[in-house]
Amino acid sequence: MITAEQKPIQEIIQYIAPYSRILLVGCNECVTVCAAGGRKEVGLLASALHLSHLKQGKNIDIREITLERQCDPEYVEELAPYIDGVDAVVSMACGCGVQTIAGRFKKTPVFPAVNTRFMGASLSQGVWAERCKGCGDCVLGITGGVCPVARCSKHLFNGPCGGTSHGQCEVSQDIDCAWRLIWERLKELGLESRYEELMEAKDWRPGGAGGPGTIIREDLA
Amino acid sequence: MEHFEPEIVAFCCHYCAYTAADMAGSKRISYPSNVKIIRVPCSGKVDAIHLMKALEKGADGVYVAGCLAGDCHFKNGNVRAEARVNRVKKMLTELGWEPDRVAMFNMSAGMGEAFARIAKEFTETIQKLGPSPVKTGAVNQAAS
Amino acid sequence: MKTDSRLEKVLASGELAVTSECGPPRGCRPEKVKEKAALLKDHVDGINVTDNQTAMVRMSSCTAGILIKQMGLDPIIQMVSRDRNRLAMQSEIIGAYSFGINTMLCLSGDHAKFGDHPMAQGVFDIDSVQMIKMVRQMRDDGLFQGGAKIDGPPKMFVGAAANPFADPFELRVMRLAKKVKAGVDFIQTQCIFNLDKFEEWMKGVVDRGLDEQVHILAGITPMKSVGMARYMKNKVPGMDIPDDVIKRLEGVSKEQQPEEGIKMAVESIERLKQVKGVHGFHIMAIEWEEKVPQIVEKAGLFPRPKV
Repeated sequence: MITAEQKPIQEIIQYIAPYSRILLVGCNECVTVCAAGGRKEVGLLASALHLSHLKQGKNIDIREITLERQCDPEYVEELAPYIDGVDAVVSMACGCGVQTIAGRFKKTPVFPAVNTRFMGASLSQGVWAERCKGCGDCVLGITGGVCPVARCSKHLFNGPCGGTSHGQCEVSQDIDCAWRLIWERLKELGLESRYEELMEAKDWRPGGAGGPGTIIREDLA
Repeated sequence: MEHFEPEIVAFCCHYCAYTAADMAGSKRISYPSNVKIIRVPCSGKVDAIHLMKALEKGADGVYVAGCLAGDCHFKNGNVRAEARVNRVKKMLTELGWEPDRVAMFNMSAGMGEAFARIAKEFTETIQKLGPSPVKTGAVNQAAS
Repeated sequence: MKTDSRLEKVLASGELAVTSECGPPRGCRPEKVKEKAALLKDHVDGINVTDNQTAMVRMSSCTAGILIKQMGLDPIIQMVSRDRNRLAMQSEIIGAYSFGINTMLCLSGDHAKFGDHPMAQGVFDIDSVQMIKMVRQMRDDGLFQGGAKIDGPPKMFVGAAANPFADPFELRVMRLAKKVKAGVDFIQTQCIFNLDKFEEWMKGVVDRGLDEQVHILAGITPMKSVGMARYMKNKVPGMDIPDDVIKRLEGVSKEQQPEEGIKMAVESIERLKQVKGVHGFHIMAIEWEEKVPQIVEKAGLFPRPKV
């Protein structure tokens, strides 16, 4: 899923300072799962904004709404009845959601309340880790199910650099060396020989080097 | 400054603090009447939003009282409650509020005296902090 | 001969090669490059010029290499994949070769985190193995990485690094094999302090016949002090400093530690000369270049062969 973290509250407060009627929009998808921008977080942020304003003796009108998906125009359309009654939208979705709203409602400013971080997986309750860079040309089939693009700090394709120590990455002892993991996995699978196959220089175009990506499914579009 | 009687909300776990409050009552141990008790099935049932809403509605202080470490009836509700209290403290700090307006306490069902002492001490803490910014903000705004 | 590289010629002659290195200055001080190079000039077959080492901004390796080349010496320019994409690498290589630089080293590079611009985006468009292959292709096929023909291809003698001490150890020979497969001509190893482990790695290298396909220069670093030894043990990633090394330095007075460090370096060279597959030494005297001639002489590697 796409992970996110709430922005520092003061940054959000600055964004909305000029406005008094806010539509605060959460998303039921990824940001709900990573507890950054679901219904619950929408409630908390609204409450925090109220506390901030109440301290200054001011009132702010915040309408809370959480959409099924902020990255789909069908769901974003649900905001249409409210949009004329607000001065600004604060979105708690990932950057995709923020932009879908901005693209639909041209005259209302939209501000992000979260920082979109990475595509990751949950390791345990409350812990998420980056697992995919969306490189557009998946190599997991030849790297034993461990991604060198997302999980090696230098995204090396041909083995560990010289900085590995105690099996961990030179960047931090908290990061597993991806190539140690790949190697261990290849061994478990009895595929050690695969390690010595040269991986060619990557074509980065599908992952963004070719410009912003678009997928068009003729059968669906 | 005129005397300030704070309004305090205490979320009390049914298995410990709530019973402790009962015991304080039956043993006639007095504690400040400012403390409004809300019984919850477990301190882990208290979410950050409950603390925030209490503050938003004008409570001067809010605390959660759960079981002693390792004694939670539902395994680790008290641990979760404490984590949430800490999160709200952090949020309050970022908002320029006093983080000490929220707190977490642990006790057992038999600790009636501890319940009363904590209620008293927390009330004193809040008295020192003064009325909630919700109240002072409104006053300041009206005066300006 | 594949190239005009002096290092290639020395290695081809069967003599033990000697290289050393100098870190370019952190500012516009060309005289510093020249001073350092002058210290080394008669005692080595090539001078590595580091490329923003430890991710600190310095004069570019290619530019400093040109300064050294203009002194009539033999720079080995290092290139890290951290700072350049494949376009920048290839243009730099063409530029360097146009000034007569004919030897280079392909590296991944330390992560930006270690340097003075930890907020920088690392490039890592291609890795060191892919870089080796690219430089080989430029030289042998006269083609850019993208496939177009080069009008006047650069003939680089291609080196790379190997760290026999990093984890996982069992991968380290295979990692070298991969570099060999990519077409590397010579290898400079990480500083060797754990000689037993290095010999174990070399045995693995020889068992696979890799020593027949690549020249290995053993990395030697003299310790200036016990403080330096401790720092390297604890702070430098991928470094293996046995306790014996620290104990030995602790055993002499502070004033004698530099001399002891040099003695240890010379002893290491003497021992490693006997190891099959070791074709030379790469002496990295960190901010201590003036001691390199002494080490080379004491280790019986002087005078350098005329090739």
